[in-house]
Amino acid sequence: MVLSADDKNNIKGAWGKIGGHGAEYGAEALERMFVTYPTTKTYFPHFDVSHGSAQVKAHGAKVADALAKAASHLDDLPGTLSSLSDLHAHELRVDPVNFKLLSHCLLVTLANHHPADFTPAMHASLDKFLGLVTSALASKYR
Amino acid sequence: MVHFTADEKAAITSIWDKVDLEKVGGETLGRLLIVYPWTQRFFDKFGNLSSATAIMGNPRIRAHGKKVLTSLGLAVQNMDNLKETFAHLSELHCDKLHVDPENFKLLGNMLVIVLSSHLGKEFTVEVQAAWQKLVAAVANALSLKYH
Repeated sequence: MVLSADDKNNIKGAWGKIGGHGAEYGAEALERMFVTYPTTKTYFPHFDVSHGSAQVKAHGAKVADALAKAASHLDDLPGTLSSLSDLHAHELRVDPVNFKLLSHCLLVTLANHHPADFTPAMHASLDKFLGLVTSALASKYR
Repeated sequence: MVHFTADEKAAITSIWDKVDLEKVGGETLGRLLIVYPWTQRFFDKFGNLSSATAIMGNPRIRAHGKKVLTSLGLAVQNMDNLKETFAHLSELHCDKLHVDPENFKLLGNMLVIVLSSHLGKEFTVEVQAAWQKLVAAVANALSLKYH
């Protein structure tokens, strides 16, 4: 799976539109994931996952920042995400199936807030981007 | 058998009346073919699929999307009886259409995304969760007659 020039433009464009809402969308995606896929909560026993939780808000911001960084380094995702790959592989050990669940909820959130910009082509580019981020995160698992 | 709570049923039916079957069905199927191009394998005879614009403007894809979403309407009306409701369609998808059930999951998730983009604030966390449960249950029901 490779990002075309159009994909890269779409992804950069998406982050432009997201602007300062990254943290808000990150938190919403996490909340959607926790409610829709309750098994994902097993990785957050130490969190208050209820609606409006400060911990979820903070974690959403973290996720959003990491994705924003990835979006501005599309030519070297493995390098950019290297320390997060280490973290997920050796410490967090989140089963990779969960990255797909969060990716899906991120797309639901973006479609929800930016329907006009979420064209099929943009949707495809973002899906690919999240797939590549997922691969990078899972790359050191074994 | 999947059990839907009263709240889940209400969340599901609350938005169904607002869904334009042709518009949402056509968009859902079109996006499936664009985002996951390998799914085009089932639609060789459907005419021009050469670009995203061609796919989204293809009247046969739109009509087929409407057909698929109409069947989903059957699910909304028969949430307590999905197995029987989809038995015949399950046989059809296995024996005649030869569709890998993985595709039902892809389409279900695509529908959720399209609903989210159309409904905005109404597509709350709870509504999404109920709809994900429904599309997963339909995907499962459609796979039951596979052999």
